[in-house]
Amino acid sequence: MALLEVSDLHVSFPTPDGVVRAVRGLSFAVETGKTLGIVGESGSGKSVSTQTIMGLTRGARVSGQALFEGIDLLAMSPKELRSVRGAKVGMIFQDPLSSLHPYYRVGWQIIEMIRNNHHEISKAKARERAVELLRLVGIPQPDRRVDDFPHQFSGGMRQRAMIAMAMSLNPKLLIADEPTTALDVTVQAQVLQVMRRLQEEFGTAIILITHDLGVVAEVADDVVVMYAGSTMEKADRYETFGAPHHPYTEGLLQSLPAYGGERERLRPIPGQPPSLINLPGGCPFHPRCPYVMDRCRAEMPPLFEVGGNPAHTSACWLSRDQVERAALRTKVVGQPLAAPAVP
Amino acid sequence: MSLSPGDIVAIEKVGVSAGVPPPEGAAATVIEGRSPWRLAYERLRRDRASMISLGVIVLIILVAIFAPVVAAITGHGVYEQFRTTGLSPDGLPVSPSSHFLLGTDDQGRDILVRVAYGARISLIVGVVATLLEVVIGTVLGLAAGYFGKVVDTVIARVIDIVLSIPFLLFAISLVSISHPSLTIVIVVIGIFGWAAVARVVRGQVLSLREKEYIEAARALGAGPWRIMFIDILPNIVAPIIVYASLLIPVTIVIEASLSYLGVGVPPPTADWGTMISGAQQVYQQAWWYLLFPSAALLITTVAFNIFGDGLRDALDPRAEQIYK
Amino acid sequence: MTETGASSHRVAGTDKDVLVKVENLQKYFPVQTTSLFRRNHDQVHAVDGVTLEVRRGETLGLVGETGCGKSTLARCIARLCDVSAGRVIFDGRDITSLTPRQMRPLRREMQIIFQDPYGSLNPRRRVGSIIGDPFALHGIADGAERKRKVQEVMELVGLKPEHFNRFPAEFSGGQRQRIGVARALALRPKLIICDEPVSALDVSIQAQIINLLVDLQREFNLTYIFIAHDLSVVRHVSDRVAVMYLGKVAELAPAEDLYQVPRHPYSNALLSAVPVPDPKKSSDRHQIILIGDVPSPIDPPAGCRFHPRCPKAQERCATEEPALASVLGDSAEHVTACHFPVEKGEDLSNTSRVSVPPSGSQTT
Repeated sequence: MALLEVSDLHVSFPTPDGVVRAVRGLSFAVETGKTLGIVGESGSGKSVSTQTIMGLTRGARVSGQALFEGIDLLAMSPKELRSVRGAKVGMIFQDPLSSLHPYYRVGWQIIEMIRNNHHEISKAKARERAVELLRLVGIPQPDRRVDDFPHQFSGGMRQRAMIAMAMSLNPKLLIADEPTTALDVTVQAQVLQVMRRLQEEFGTAIILITHDLGVVAEVADDVVVMYAGSTMEKADRYETFGAPHHPYTEGLLQSLPAYGGERERLRPIPGQPPSLINLPGGCPFHPRCPYVMDRCRAEMPPLFEVGGNPAHTSACWLSRDQVERAALRTKVVGQPLAAPAVP
Repeated sequence: MSLSPGDIVAIEKVGVSAGVPPPEGAAATVIEGRSPWRLAYERLRRDRASMISLGVIVLIILVAIFAPVVAAITGHGVYEQFRTTGLSPDGLPVSPSSHFLLGTDDQGRDILVRVAYGARISLIVGVVATLLEVVIGTVLGLAAGYFGKVVDTVIARVIDIVLSIPFLLFAISLVSISHPSLTIVIVVIGIFGWAAVARVVRGQVLSLREKEYIEAARALGAGPWRIMFIDILPNIVAPIIVYASLLIPVTIVIEASLSYLGVGVPPPTADWGTMISGAQQVYQQAWWYLLFPSAALLITTVAFNIFGDGLRDALDPRAEQIYK
Repeated sequence: MTETGASSHRVAGTDKDVLVKVENLQKYFPVQTTSLFRRNHDQVHAVDGVTLEVRRGETLGLVGETGCGKSTLARCIARLCDVSAGRVIFDGRDITSLTPRQMRPLRREMQIIFQDPYGSLNPRRRVGSIIGDPFALHGIADGAERKRKVQEVMELVGLKPEHFNRFPAEFSGGQRQRIGVARALALRPKLIICDEPVSALDVSIQAQIINLLVDLQREFNLTYIFIAHDLSVVRHVSDRVAVMYLGKVAELAPAEDLYQVPRHPYSNALLSAVPVPDPKKSSDRHQIILIGDVPSPIDPPAGCRFHPRCPKAQERCATEEPALASVLGDSAEHVTACHFPVEKGEDLSNTSRVSVPPSGSQTT
């Protein structure tokens, strides 16, 4: 059984202008020790979904199921959820300052976190553990920096301190919501390395939410591609990047500069993402899709297996045969995908 | 993504409760041709308390404008003393009756007519003095915030000084040297009230000055005056309007207080403060003399306050919790 | 892109081909005093001696991490801030010490596209009036003619001219950035400084804006200074790229050279840190992960500023500041400020001062 199994999650927000349908029928599973990448652009519902699972969206209409170790998180009381957050599920966000309290020392915050959940641990022991955690995430001179305030840390150090805090109770699952978006590339590399090392050491499952395809390609085992609140494609990272089936995944990869070849004109996805209040009928991607067919306008495709691989599913009416799909791609796009197919 | 004033619409669309990042999709929402003012107006219209208080305010304004009509209908002039019908045999005011709907005062004048005329003074002072405060405060606040350095230091110190002078004492002594009049009251209130406005405006300008669109204007070659009045001012009009709407009732109360203390609008002009003051002597025998002008003052300030609150919520949707 | 044809005539690099010349530019910001009575002489060395030129019709990329001074450098060139020392020459004219008033007529010639499509447009003004600003400020067109010109520009950048009367909030991020582009393009300036123009946009929209910028450059023979932290974007649009670190240029080279044979260890680290959207490549490449953080620009390290974090640093690096020069037989176009430049094929990730990630550990 997977550590976290989300099925048919729907989240919507009633507003004066209409209902914002942020997530529509999302399903995924995370295994212990694995990293699941959820990619999507703004408005895809990637952050809302995990926030909802952790009970952090207010005023939302939610349906579906999120089984964590077999217990439905969506059916839990706020109090029960609080005991899960932190202790069993750690969370890190894009902006570390939103989670680190500016008026308290970094170490104190970690110590409090530990002692709140384990009253039997002495202050000195907890402090030792805090120093150890800071060392683990690569803070230099952790025994001294433990007494610093958050503002004395650089952006990358804050993000690492937040990871230390999220890991302080040894959670089984770490939800990282755009953890490196605000960071420079060299710092991003440091932070991703820390996350990888912690995963190896503790077998933590990670949900990595990001818009950066490069980051996903580097650290995720499996990838969920979201668009306008729905899942477009699910596959392991080699399939996702090497042999994508859904035209949206393909479009995202095509629009990257590195993918388009050195000085070639980029191939953006035309148009704008739809309004979540007034979604187009059928497949939400159809107004921007180069392969659009009549059926796409009328009917939302379910997730189909691609190429007989149960681990690779795509919500698209196009042929599920990889060879036929590749031929069609060549015909419409004018060239095969820049990267060669599956190894 | 950080939030800027431009996001107001987008956030409003999706609804964000404090502390939780906005649900994605905010940016994707496309809205058809509606200005921020129009959106605010639509929000305001949905707020029942604001609409009721606005109705009350309109009613008070109508009463003030048509005070002579009230006088004509009742047939009682505002200064007319009815020594025989308006005073009891022992010289006390008469209680409300079909003849004097709200009773009379200690001079035998019709309270209804005088309350109606009193609304004129309250509104004139409330609006004109507030306007004066807002204009002075905005100009100085803009200058202090935008130019910074010496200009800011000087204006900021003046603001500090003005705010630290005990207003009532100063006003009483000032008015008592010169002859009390409506103009003096307005000027005195204006002189003391602008500092708070300037402080608010200055703070707003300081944060707006760092916006990229201000830098963009500079990069286009816009001069300081153009930036202050074309680029910055429209963005602080909303908070200024809110502040002004909350300042009006304060000003009305101050005017009433000055008149109550006898240093405001001189008698025999009909004024709520003066009336309340006059009622002091006889209110045990004539409760209506105290009640009606006080009620008029209370209703007016409450209406303006509620409306100001509603205005703030409408103009700045981030301040309100959309999902309660 | 401005490709071979355009670049051949500017190899000579005569002054006629140079639009912007920056000589030993320095920009210091005083650090805010905390006490009223104690004078604080600390200064942030945001830009500390940069010399470079921007040639007509080219795109010069500026890359570097937060605090490296790339945005400040651009703002000094546009004279949106005062220059502490050095010279800025724009189109043959020394603009280093012009007053804001003297700069105003020159603003026609240089424009900026900003990063934040939300923050760079005044939310209270209509799009038509925002794009009309340049015409109004320089007294170029009025009334109906201005409207016509504005709508022309709107069409040029892919906006619907009938959206003239809308407010910025009614547009999506990508469309707003088009408004920013339209405003910058309105007067057909010679130079456009693009300050992270696509960083705030979604991937699919990024590509739209990049294509737009490239098309406009070709059509109007624009010169771009393109600031970005996304190295793949910079590589795509730039003819030459300057890598900055702590207020100085570490390496300046034609884009292809820089990406093929980066000489400065910092350039190497920067390039290797970029995540590759291809899992097969990412698992077998050698990533250099730098230790520690960028030092404070208030008190930058002596010698080479990168030496405390450099995997190749030796004693000399701590004392002697390297000059920008072509190294290891590079062309005169490719200059590096390093005593021990990186050879082609040299693997820095094995050096003791950097930690190597367990490469390929995620592949199974």
